[in-house]
Amino acid sequence: MSRRAALTPSLALLPFFGYLTVFLLVPTITVVVGAFQEGGSFSLTNIEALFSPVALRTLRNSIVLSASTAVIGAVFGSLLTYLVVSAPPTSVFRRVVMSVAGVLAQFGGVTLAFAFIATLGFSGVITELLRSTVGVDIFGRGWLFDLPGLVLVYTYFQIPLMVIVFLPALEGLRPQWREAALSMGATNRKYWTEIAIPILTPAFLGATLLLFANAFAAYATAAALISQGNPIVPLLIRAGLISEVLLGRENFAFALAFEMIVVVALVMAAYALLVKRTSRWLQ
Amino acid sequence: MSRRLHQLIGAVVGLSALVLAGCAAPTEDSNDATTTAGGAVSATQATSAEDFGGMEELVAAAEAEGKLNIIALPPDWANYGEIIDAFQATYDIVIDSAQPDASSQEEINAADQLAGTDRAPDVFDLGQSVALANTDMFAPYKVETWDTIPDVFKDPDGVWVNDYGGFMSIGYDSAKVPAITALDDLLGEGFRGMVALNGDPTQAGAAFSGVMMASIARGGSADDIAPGVAFFKELNDAGNFLPVDPTPATIESGQTPVVIDWDYLNASLAKNLPTWTVVVPENATVAGYYFQAINTDAPHPAAARLWQEFLFSDEGQNLWLKGGARPVRADAMAEAGTIDQGLFDALPVVAGDPVIPTPDQTATAAAYLAENWAMVVG
Repeated sequence: MSRRAALTPSLALLPFFGYLTVFLLVPTITVVVGAFQEGGSFSLTNIEALFSPVALRTLRNSIVLSASTAVIGAVFGSLLTYLVVSAPPTSVFRRVVMSVAGVLAQFGGVTLAFAFIATLGFSGVITELLRSTVGVDIFGRGWLFDLPGLVLVYTYFQIPLMVIVFLPALEGLRPQWREAALSMGATNRKYWTEIAIPILTPAFLGATLLLFANAFAAYATAAALISQGNPIVPLLIRAGLISEVLLGRENFAFALAFEMIVVVALVMAAYALLVKRTSRWLQ
Repeated sequence: MSRRLHQLIGAVVGLSALVLAGCAAPTEDSNDATTTAGGAVSATQATSAEDFGGMEELVAAAEAEGKLNIIALPPDWANYGEIIDAFQATYDIVIDSAQPDASSQEEINAADQLAGTDRAPDVFDLGQSVALANTDMFAPYKVETWDTIPDVFKDPDGVWVNDYGGFMSIGYDSAKVPAITALDDLLGEGFRGMVALNGDPTQAGAAFSGVMMASIARGGSADDIAPGVAFFKELNDAGNFLPVDPTPATIESGQTPVVIDWDYLNASLAKNLPTWTVVVPENATVAGYYFQAINTDAPHPAAARLWQEFLFSDEGQNLWLKGGARPVRADAMAEAGTIDQGLFDALPVVAGDPVIPTPDQTATAAAYLAENWAMVVG
């Protein structure tokens, strides 16, 4: 009887583990094994190829893109969240921001890329408007279709995502704490630097990490926007798989995917360490 | 207990026998159905219409299959849209056109991933490198018009056949930019942010040939693509290179006023944009032919073979010509008077000996691009 009772919860988890195996474990193993193979046998060729100038440059671009959009998203997103939390729960402002954030955080891929091309592309609405009114050509040399364009477009879904993931943390900040601090003679500034910010730091870092991973792994938006060159790692993986000019680079694609796993693992380990340090006094 | 176990085993064995029989039956049936009237060869083994007992039997076998899976054939590429419609109108066969914008490598990937299913592609239309790297996936077949295809454009056993080709060209909107006669014109002031290339040369065959064309115009050769890369670097530094993938939509809406692409792709745009002009730069003629082949694992082997017959018939060849491509039988058809002379004469004029890179030259150039193209556009 007791044995049965212990088994039942794990039985209920079976579908979850099955799901995990099929969609996470098997692909990860395939990627890792593939990264160390060439022509069906063990080889380090593709791992070595990760250190070629082109691959390193692409990795650097990917990290710069993910980190910059994560920081921009985290800063502006948390400011917006603060405004939202300051508003009464039933206010129109709050409800509008929350639903818009919910929609825009999921807005990506071909639709998002097209929206920006239609707005800021060569004959985009705003480009044409500025060209005909003030005579400024914001299209320039096609920056929209390169790394700067990606930063702009990614920020568009990073900020709303930050609002969604950071809101619970800010809501957890009780007004009573602030009242208590102020009544005990703390200044507003002291309250923020010594109470609110330390409490929010782990949540803030966690959210920023999520934004980093979100941008680092995003593929569809970049694929729809960029057709010339492969400035970021997911696009270089695409090239390895579908190129009709450079053949037989599937395993190099595996190696690049492996590299992405390593980067995310490193960032997560760093995050865990950081949280451990920052939240020590909370316990 | 043991009796029950025996019953159980009996039931399992009986069931698996049934399942196995169920699996085997359709295969045998389909072999029977597609075995030709001559009786000697099944459709998957047929290397000519003769093997079916003639064209009529091939048509009958193909219509019995009733379906044809094609892949990576955009309707606006070399007039494929009309070719697909014409085939469906002529025969009682429905064409399933998958992933029209896929690359040649994606055709092969799809054939690998879908092998054994009835959704696998029946036929391929591939760029040179991908075709020559995957010949073990092709079923040899010689169409009725085999003898009129020049020897340089076919595998002696019919494993692959070149189907249509063209020259690298510059297409431009004469209403927006000055007339272009040479490649270096593109570096001028009037072309700021206007010159697009059809794809990324490390990925797309057409773009690769575009860089090759630039190289030859700049004194390079099929063995040396570096001057072409240098040209695009200059173009980018001058602010004239536009990193946008050109499509009929971007061209008609004026987003890509100058496009480096195959002449037949550029030519097909003129019908919607009368000011669209196509030139093949003098002394920089790079030719390229596509490769047609049948999937050995084609789920519709007879329909796949009928499709080949159709493509290499006078009608199919003229349909490609209508799309601005040079069909592989053009010379023989011109001699026989079966070519559409008006369309043939309308092809862009080409001066100088055309360069067709060999597979080795292509591989060397591709390796150079892999290391250096990122520096051009980065």
